[in-house]
Amino acid sequence: MRSVRALAATAALSLLAFSTIAYAGEPKQGGILRMYHRDSPGNASIHEGATYSLNVPFMPVFNNLVIYKQDEAQNRMDNIVPELAESWAWVNDNKTLTFKLRQGVKWHDGKPFTSADVKCTFDMLMGKSQQKFRQNPRKTWYEQVNDISTNGDLEVSFNLKRPQPSLLALLASGYTPVYPCHVSPGDMRTHPIGTGPFKFVEFKANESIKLTRNPDYWRKGRPYLDGIEFTIIPNRSTAILAFVAGKFDMAFPTEVSIPLLKDVKSQAPNAVCVVEPNNVATNIIVNSSAPPFDNIDIRRAMALSLDRKAFISIMFEGQGDVGGTLLPPPNGLWGMPKEMLESIPGYGPDVNANREAARKLMQKAGYGPDKHLAVKVSTRNIPVYRDPAVILIDQLKSIYIDGELDVVETANWFPKIARKDYMLGLNLTGNAVDDPDQSFYENYSCGSERNYTNYCNKEIEKLFDVQSQETDVNKRKKLVWDIDKKLQEDVARPIIFHARTGSCWQPYVKGVTVMSNSSYNGYRYEDVWMDK
Amino acid sequence: MFAYLVRRLFLMLVTLFGISVVIFFLLRVVPGNIVDILFAAAGYVDPADKANLEKELGIDQPLIVQYWHWISGFLRGDFGYSYVSEKPALQEILPRIPITARLAGLALLFSASIGIPLGVISAVKQGTRLDYALRVVSLSGLSLPSFWLGLLILTASVAMFGQMPIFNPNPQTWLEAFATYAVPAAAVGFRSAALTMRITRSSMLEVLRQDYIRTARAKGASDAAVNYHHALKNAILPVITVIGIEAAFLIGGLIVTETVFNIPGVARFLVEAIRWRDYPIVQNLVMLIAVVVVSANFIVDMLYAVFDPRIRYTD
Repeated sequence: MRSVRALAATAALSLLAFSTIAYAGEPKQGGILRMYHRDSPGNASIHEGATYSLNVPFMPVFNNLVIYKQDEAQNRMDNIVPELAESWAWVNDNKTLTFKLRQGVKWHDGKPFTSADVKCTFDMLMGKSQQKFRQNPRKTWYEQVNDISTNGDLEVSFNLKRPQPSLLALLASGYTPVYPCHVSPGDMRTHPIGTGPFKFVEFKANESIKLTRNPDYWRKGRPYLDGIEFTIIPNRSTAILAFVAGKFDMAFPTEVSIPLLKDVKSQAPNAVCVVEPNNVATNIIVNSSAPPFDNIDIRRAMALSLDRKAFISIMFEGQGDVGGTLLPPPNGLWGMPKEMLESIPGYGPDVNANREAARKLMQKAGYGPDKHLAVKVSTRNIPVYRDPAVILIDQLKSIYIDGELDVVETANWFPKIARKDYMLGLNLTGNAVDDPDQSFYENYSCGSERNYTNYCNKEIEKLFDVQSQETDVNKRKKLVWDIDKKLQEDVARPIIFHARTGSCWQPYVKGVTVMSNSSYNGYRYEDVWMDK
Repeated sequence: MFAYLVRRLFLMLVTLFGISVVIFFLLRVVPGNIVDILFAAAGYVDPADKANLEKELGIDQPLIVQYWHWISGFLRGDFGYSYVSEKPALQEILPRIPITARLAGLALLFSASIGIPLGVISAVKQGTRLDYALRVVSLSGLSLPSFWLGLLILTASVAMFGQMPIFNPNPQTWLEAFATYAVPAAAVGFRSAALTMRITRSSMLEVLRQDYIRTARAKGASDAAVNYHHALKNAILPVITVIGIEAAFLIGGLIVTETVFNIPGVARFLVEAIRWRDYPIVQNLVMLIAVVVVSANFIVDMLYAVFDPRIRYTD
């Protein structure tokens, strides 16, 4: 009898253990995800901003037509999945992109979602509607879109001037939510209405942002969380300490620097932390319209003087990437291969040889050990800008350039750049989508508002269009590499490095995926749950 | 007394007018405005969009017109809208005032309740070990920046207790509410307490050497009666002045403390508003602070008159 009881007890325990193991991986419903936010965004309208401070708290409120798969780290064309669209098709010689829309989707205020909302959103982005955004930083994304047409409530087409395969990638970005037609842009800045997994509750400037579960979400069973609460803590030390003390379930994504990551791991050894590239390139903007940098030799000398590995070593303890305009592989899809990169002047491994060549160019331009060139290196008064600027000044000394740091408040940075009141500037360029169209047209095309240096090369511009229309990915890659190489050789906007940053969360937070080639697209949070 | 009060009131109004002019024009002297910041955040500048936005916000108008709009609105209680949140400025400012007021009040209470008794003890026990120890404490209070002290408290709390005294917006009990404010108030009030202690000590030492103190002792008054009834009452005037001035200076310390402890009070809010060049918030908030400070000074002046009747005739 005793042995039967023992056997039964063992069986029961085994069953319990088995069921616990099996259950540990099953997502659980409920809980409020508490996260700190690094700063107070200016408003709640994703379309009117250009910082992921907006995407992180407000992307969960919305849906796109299509989205990069949220549980895969790398954004690629082949992991774009339907969201408000059920399917899509390229027709009319790849000049029309047609979406069949999901039926029965409702806005958070109960009104039905239709194709008119899609048309409204993109008409407004293209500047073709009565209602206007106060700011429209990504207007250039839709330059090839002629118009948007609807066919009933559940079909919408983007009619293009010419084929542009990467339009789909742009539509999959966290920067491309669909807005409701019936809510004004002003109201969207203060009280956004979306179709997404979470509803907006409140945004107290400098204090908190609160979202709650959308019980009518079209994706049944999602989201798992009851809500998300962001506490705004601009002081990084306080924020990290609060995370370590368990006040937050998650640190603000990609905001934990590599040196801070060590502190987090030592004080909260159970915290889960990952380090990924954020596709933000630190680069130099050069005023080539005025002396001394109107001289291509001096520009080239400056590019040759860069010791990129030293930047990465000092700032990121070696965890960064050297590349051209586009994020280098393996995380980046379009960056030049290593051997091609190293063939560009200044990218070769022998820094001393590069600098010797740079000194010769400086001497040719009339400078040398007895006659140094004095320049001001302007940059924003933010550590991620200021720190590399200081290293840059130090490196420029090796080629007879005496740099002086000119820190500029954020309010004055763009006006200063726009009026060309600078010699050299240290700048950061974030790429929302790992796609050449977004990067090339936005930063290097003639007349683009974000082409700060006014670099304009008509020949290269033609190549932008050629690569943009190419549907064969391998052919397009080769075209893109050639363009990127030319941009670096022209010293259009010398890229110093591509940063990597850390993201941390408590071990009971599950279903978080940090994107590895963009820091703007992975915050829908409908698959996140807490094993508590 | 009435003439004294009217004279002080008139001076107060003139001061406030001057402050309003200074606030308004200093803000405009600072390079950049909200539109520049918004476009900086968006990463581009479109001159047409920029001009439209400046027009929409009314910052394209002549400065004198802008000043009149603001000051007349302020006097009517119409504080306008925040450029950033697009909510009424008063609605943004008001909920934050009690938070900072509680923090400042507790800090001042900490300052007075610690500083005055320790200052008296230090003076009465002049030259003893206790006096030296208290002087070292007061010197430390004056030397330690409040942001450093705040960070030290936070780090120590996490390292030693695994807890962090971060702001709790919805305290359930009085004890929780007290805990939410007490630690930051102590961090910011430590410096004030040190200053109050030093002023109390030096003022007490001066008074304790006066003839009437010696007379009181000769008449057989107890130490407690001499120190607290005769000496402290006369030594307290400069201490009141310092506490009044500290109330105004406290706002500087609170900015840092609110940032370090992540307290959503007006002080941190003000800094953020300045960063965004959110004129309606900055102008109205600074003006409100000015009204409070000037009024506090007015009250201190009145208290002078109450404590020392000679002042109302001579000043």
